[in-house]
Amino acid sequence: MSKSNFTRRGVLKTGAVAGAGLALPTYLSAAAHTGFTNAPGDSEVVLGFNVPQSGPYADEGADELRAFELAVEHLNGGGDGGMLNTFSSNVLDGTGILGREVKYVTGDTQTKSDAARASARSMIEKDGAIMISGGSSSGVAVAVQGLCQEAGVIFMAGLTHSNDTTGKDKKANGFRHFFNAYMSAAALAPVLQSLYGADRNAYHLTADYTWGWTQQESIAAATEAIGWNTVNNVLTPLAETDFSAYIAPVLNSGADVLVLNHYGGNMVNSLTNAVQFGLRDAMANGKQFEIVVPLYSELMARGAGANIVGIPGSQNWDWKIENQLGSRYAGTNAFVQSFGTKYGFPPSQAAQTCYAQTLLYADAVTRAGSFNPCAVAEALEGYEFDGLGNGPTLYRAGDHQCFKDVVVVRGKENPENEFDLVEIVEVTPAEQVTYDVDHPMFAGGALGECNPGA
Amino acid sequence: MLGLNRKDTTLLIAVAILTMFAPIILNPFPVDSAMAQFNAGYPDLMQRFVIFGIFAIGFNILFGLTGYLSFGHAAFLGVGSYSAVWMFKLLSMNVLPAILLAVLISGVFALVIGYVSLRRSGIYFSILTLAFAQMSFNLAYSVLTPITNGETGLQLSLDDPRILDGAGSAGSLPVTNLFGLEMRATETVNLGPWSWDFSAGYYVCALIMLAAFYLSVRIFRSPFGLMLRAVKSNQQRLNYTGLNSRPYTLAAFVISGMYAGLAGGLLASMDPLAGAERMQWTASGEVVLMTILGGAGTLIGPVLGAGFIKYFENIFSKINDNVLHTWFAVLPDGIEDFLVTIVHPFVGKGWHLTLGLMFMLVVIFLPGGLVEGGQRIGRLFRRRKGKQTDAEADASKTPAE
Amino acid sequence: MDAIILQTLNGLDKGSAYALIALGLTLIFGTLGVVNFAHGALFMIGSFCAVTLSRILSYSYEIVDDTRTDFLGNPMKVDIPYVHSWFGESAGQTIIDWSVPLAILFAIPIMLFVGYVMERGLIKHFYKRPHADQILVTFGLAIVLQEVVKQIYGANPIPTPAPPAFTGSLDFGVWLGFDPNTIIYPYWRLVYFFFSAIVIAAVFAFLQFTTFGMVVRAGMADRETVGLLGIDIDKRFTMMFGIAAAVAGLAGVMYTPINSPNYHMGMDFLVLSFVVVVVGGMGSLPGAVLAGFLLGILQSFASMNWIKDILPGIDQIIIYLVAIAILLTRPRGLMGRKGVMED
Repeated sequence: MSKSNFTRRGVLKTGAVAGAGLALPTYLSAAAHTGFTNAPGDSEVVLGFNVPQSGPYADEGADELRAFELAVEHLNGGGDGGMLNTFSSNVLDGTGILGREVKYVTGDTQTKSDAARASARSMIEKDGAIMISGGSSSGVAVAVQGLCQEAGVIFMAGLTHSNDTTGKDKKANGFRHFFNAYMSAAALAPVLQSLYGADRNAYHLTADYTWGWTQQESIAAATEAIGWNTVNNVLTPLAETDFSAYIAPVLNSGADVLVLNHYGGNMVNSLTNAVQFGLRDAMANGKQFEIVVPLYSELMARGAGANIVGIPGSQNWDWKIENQLGSRYAGTNAFVQSFGTKYGFPPSQAAQTCYAQTLLYADAVTRAGSFNPCAVAEALEGYEFDGLGNGPTLYRAGDHQCFKDVVVVRGKENPENEFDLVEIVEVTPAEQVTYDVDHPMFAGGALGECNPGA
Repeated sequence: MLGLNRKDTTLLIAVAILTMFAPIILNPFPVDSAMAQFNAGYPDLMQRFVIFGIFAIGFNILFGLTGYLSFGHAAFLGVGSYSAVWMFKLLSMNVLPAILLAVLISGVFALVIGYVSLRRSGIYFSILTLAFAQMSFNLAYSVLTPITNGETGLQLSLDDPRILDGAGSAGSLPVTNLFGLEMRATETVNLGPWSWDFSAGYYVCALIMLAAFYLSVRIFRSPFGLMLRAVKSNQQRLNYTGLNSRPYTLAAFVISGMYAGLAGGLLASMDPLAGAERMQWTASGEVVLMTILGGAGTLIGPVLGAGFIKYFENIFSKINDNVLHTWFAVLPDGIEDFLVTIVHPFVGKGWHLTLGLMFMLVVIFLPGGLVEGGQRIGRLFRRRKGKQTDAEADASKTPAE
Repeated sequence: MDAIILQTLNGLDKGSAYALIALGLTLIFGTLGVVNFAHGALFMIGSFCAVTLSRILSYSYEIVDDTRTDFLGNPMKVDIPYVHSWFGESAGQTIIDWSVPLAILFAIPIMLFVGYVMERGLIKHFYKRPHADQILVTFGLAIVLQEVVKQIYGANPIPTPAPPAFTGSLDFGVWLGFDPNTIIYPYWRLVYFFFSAIVIAAVFAFLQFTTFGMVVRAGMADRETVGLLGIDIDKRFTMMFGIAAAVAGLAGVMYTPINSPNYHMGMDFLVLSFVVVVVGGMGSLPGAVLAGFLLGILQSFASMNWIKDILPGIDQIIIYLVAIAILLTRPRGLMGRKGVMED
């Protein structure tokens, strides 16, 4: 990577300071004429997979990494091809990307925006990565997306659910396949209405940081639209491990539904605590008390064990969806087959979104005929595709968000094994979860212009 | 030279040479070789080396000299970063005002927290500083989100006012600069199979680090430094002589807080984002570990410790099974798989394990930290040389007899 | 009123976990003068003793069930725990269900052994070293222990439920004359509270009423003199380290049904337990227990809605605020002795 960002005026201004040691002549600068950061050579192209490998989301990160490895294998023509065979676009032929073999580097985000950016920078500066993908939380996704925008590479977000990623913090170089809090809410509300009726009082426990707030806001708005009443919203500290003090007052608050806007370890603990306090068996206002976890994570659901039985929530994708709902969700079985054969268990939704993102990137490069981020972004914007397991999907140009069906699931009564914890209740079609680009919950940011870097 | 004695001058010059040639020294392996994984000479990591070096040097002024173990120094780093980013948002993308404000604000914070915390000593002092830092972190992550942008971290945005810069190019974010010299500007020099990155941002950090290092040497050698050492060896006796040691310790606390703020400001200047995790207790613990690991109370130790930890974090965490297989690819399959299985737990996602083991090994076998390791090696060489001259002397004697 | 009773219960429950960990930490510090940053890791290992035992008890053999298929379409493999085939399905399942209480017996020898090995193998060499070195080496050990657990058990939390007899909750309020369902409290949390109280009482009784305990207390006050009297104080201190490890381990075992254990739970408790110990006063056992319960209760009260409405975010910082307030008014914590860890 070689770039020289001296503006003429800047150089004149700094003069001696810069001249002394820094403006060394550039020998053999290979990429100087290509016009974008990390232009790959003729034989290989490097992708950067930045996932949490330490900290609470390490297992989720490991599953994402498995999916990335599988995607690279398929792109390079190995294995059984997975979703390449079902993908509606058929420009990918198993010869890498534009004839270049796909290589990858990995890094550890530690689920901290600082560490994630350091890791991504090392991929860009040291390893010459042309695309960064992965991640398991919105803070990290937004931070790395910002970095990729500045550095001039494409960011294909992994698991990130906050409205902000494609809302107020959206960037021209960033793309999200995963769904978001607004979609969760829009998908859940009608299902909740049919399950529990329109006359309900909801008590929200919300993780006290941006993702938690956006989800709470979305769920409250959607449930109030079907006639529910929001009794209270209590913010809980991120570092809290024992939620007893927040759960205990719920039963006396006049509420008959508890909404847990928690994710990961927080979700496991708060749900376990809520069940311990007997909320699932209690009666309130003459009705059965209910618990809702708007965003499900299969891996974390495993940590909550039997406590998730009967608890509804939403998912981006589920590995059983094609078997149960038919060929609209083609690609699912192909992916489950190759993932399961290689690793011995079915993939999580985090794995699926990372796999799909890698394929989408490769496809966009091939269709654009160039690795230039601006060309890639143009190829992705407004792109309609199918066969990646989610049904027909649109990458909207206005905010780089994918629009597709949302799966509403519920904890299964008698799971057959530890990977079969949820059952699909319903699928909410994409039209019902679509919103305007300038929806107030997503306002306040701008994509800006795509940045090709050097 | 510069008011230093001969030994310190040599040290300063050695550090200067090392930092100036770091881009070459840290990239010893050709780009395409299997060992290139261990190259650390890319801008981001080099910047981190010197920035965390500054942080640790500052921490050492407090801990190494006075013995007061602060467990909340990351708060000052975080405050520095936030002030710097706010400066970028409101005033100008020039790093100079940002760094100045970072140092100033963190100095004020250090004054307040130090004034309260220094009423106690020993572990009670440590817990007070820890409490202040944890409060800052928890609030920054949640309630103070309007100021800190919480979980996501404070970032630049297109509609920031930036009064001095005026209207920049629309549609893309401006970059940090020093009077026009962009911090991210990098010259890559290719020489045969080697490739070296000379980054403007790195050299700005390195020069500031040298100044910070020089200042810390002066503090160590000054009467003020002597007074601080007296606090460490016996504060009670010092108090009995009628001296009030509090102003001295408070001054040391504020100075080291300002160093932390400087580091925070530089971090933000190199990469304009300030995350709340910078203030968490793990970050405070990290600088403690850097200092002890390198050698508390020594001049160069903290810098070595900082480099050591950051190297593990950034290099070891990126070694995955794929890389391992390429390393051992020349070996027969069975042995290759065996070696990969053996090494696998210690690299990639297991980098914490290696780091923990390293902490234990260093502290068990090198009580004085990495600096002691260096001294031992130095002594070994000197002794061998000594023996050699003895032998030569013997040899020269023989013919005479 | 009912809210206050409920939060007091919560506080006692939280406090008993803090108190148990702080008690062990203080035992080690008071006897050996070592700042043990690996104490949280001992708590975590205790939890994983329960996980391990439940894994051992449900150790299974595989049979292939041709009538069903797994997700790839192959014949389904079904795991049958050995205890099911040995004791019959219902009795076998009962044994598995009771693995957490059974783990107490399993964990005590393991934790004593872990403590013994840690002290003899590592900590012993650090008595004369500065506290900073002790912190570094025990912190390194803590990282190593938790990474080893992560490599074996993964990073995800592992559900380890209480026996069926203790799931569900007690309608506490009815006894006090409230309406049904106003104050209900989970059985297992009550068990946890009483268990902690018993362990704490046992430790105090042990130190107070046995010769061994008397010697240890004498050693805590003046190690050298006791040594001069011809008593092998080192050996007893080693045993105290084992006991402290066992106390932390038991706290961990019993905690598993409350929150699913994960590899970093020790680090989550580490900072808090140090705050508790220092607020109680370094080296004071009653201080550690008192501070544990005090901070637990205050934390629970701070999370009450009307308090949060007045002071947003107060539950995030209450512990630290209280710690600062106490340390500024009482220089050595609640019950600390002069001259301990002040240099």
